[in-house]
Amino acid sequence: MARPSGGEVTICDLSKSFSLGGRKLPVLRSLNLDIRSGECLVIVGASGSGKTTLLRILAGLERADGGGVAIDGRGVEGVGEERAVIFQEPRLLPWLTVLGNVAFGLEVRGVTKRQAEERARFYIALVGLAEFTDAYPRQLSGGMAQRVGIARALTVQPEILLLDEPLGALDAMTKISMQEELARIWSEENVTMVMVTHDLEEAIYLADRVLILPKEKGGAARLIDVDLPRPRDRSESRFVRHREELLREFGLH
Amino acid sequence: MTLQHIERTAGIARHEGGNSFTTEALRLLHRTSARILSRYGVLLGFLALWQVAASSGWVNAAVLPPIDAIVSALWKGLAGGTLLGDIAISLQRAGLAFAAAVIVAIPLGLVMGQARAVEAALDPILQLFRQTSALALYPVFILLLGLGEASKVFVIFWATLFPLLLNTISGVKEVDPKLLEMARVYGAGQLTIFRRVVLPGAVPSIFVGLRLGATTALLLLIASEMIGANKGIGFQVMNAQYNFQIPLMFAAIVILAALGLIANQALLLLQRRLCRWSNPAA
Repeated sequence: MARPSGGEVTICDLSKSFSLGGRKLPVLRSLNLDIRSGECLVIVGASGSGKTTLLRILAGLERADGGGVAIDGRGVEGVGEERAVIFQEPRLLPWLTVLGNVAFGLEVRGVTKRQAEERARFYIALVGLAEFTDAYPRQLSGGMAQRVGIARALTVQPEILLLDEPLGALDAMTKISMQEELARIWSEENVTMVMVTHDLEEAIYLADRVLILPKEKGGAARLIDVDLPRPRDRSESRFVRHREELLREFGLH
Repeated sequence: MTLQHIERTAGIARHEGGNSFTTEALRLLHRTSARILSRYGVLLGFLALWQVAASSGWVNAAVLPPIDAIVSALWKGLAGGTLLGDIAISLQRAGLAFAAAVIVAIPLGLVMGQARAVEAALDPILQLFRQTSALALYPVFILLLGLGEASKVFVIFWATLFPLLLNTISGVKEVDPKLLEMARVYGAGQLTIFRRVVLPGAVPSIFVGLRLGATTALLLLIASEMIGANKGIGFQVMNAQYNFQIPLMFAAIVILAALGLIANQALLLLQRRLCRWSNPAA
């Protein structure tokens, strides 16, 4: 489905700290970054590096202490219609069917039930769940439930899709097939994708660029370009080299 | 259940011819009776033991009359209409009180579950009221409202209020905050979140409250009718005992048990209809 192009994110001098037992614990220190329209940016970093915090600030669920975020030139204040979030858990409403859950986002935004359900059916089919349109969440496997969450986010046709470790809770096999699914959806939907993960292979499989957030004080965020042709082959030598490069960044190779 | 089985047997018979019909029917009959026996065997055994003990003189039949005497007293009371009047007045008392409790407790619980400040302010007094037995307060209500209908309905209302209120509050509070955040991300305002996430999420817990409330209402109904009433099932239990009409006393007790079972089943049925998405705890 066609959508307006856009979804350019400008992150300017962004900082955020949490207070932990009276101590101030900085997680983001004057981060600057431009996310291009339509690109897939994957954020990695050790736990505590603030990758989820960054995503939640982009989503408008958390406020920065300093600096700011602008989308297509407009400053971000809270949640917005041009963004959708996919969480680590599917976060489905157990009393709604798959159709009801996928249409939920649009209905909340004031679209009529009929229109919302019509578009929901399109995206349910896109994630391969057409047979399960009338199923309830408890009848779905973890991978299927997460697909429903993805379809719900796509149904509102956001310019920017924010994904917080969306495949983190899935088993290895499901995870790989879902990575392929995400790559396909991203190329078909022409959407800016910002994704947090702790899986380096996943990062290289999906990303145009990988943002590595530093854990230690004074460290700087690093950007790595992944210029591999798509669809990507995990066993190819350049893929493996990129993975090793990332591992080195974490001091693991 | 039995009807379904008969239908299914008939279907099989049509498909496979008459010969397998008998074996299949026998097997089904066997399975059905086994299921009935495993579920109701102990209950039937209890009733049989009662009947034998009472009719053979192991126990004093004047105190524990045989089942058939109780059934015939029940039948006479219902057919003759004497017990019908008691049932009507009891249902009216319990129904009025239960309805009033629902009207007050559910909206109040929904507000208290959402508004921290309201809950914090009301919680201490609620805990105090809840821990005070409604029966202990019944004399107070009689002083305030007189010995008529008002005090009876009020004491039932009072006792029913708390399980309803507390379960509604906890239902609202236990709605997953991650779901609330999800709704917020899609731009849902407070009212939409309440209507589309909080309320449906609290329904199962509200039903727990409704079922506990129904049990409490019947309990308090009997207690209140035993004091200063001249009609009602609770009155009939006491009155029959005074007059040594023991079968009638048991008949009234049976009616009470039946009312409790019916109320619970009706609420369960409603819950299953409204919460088809979850597996309601039986």
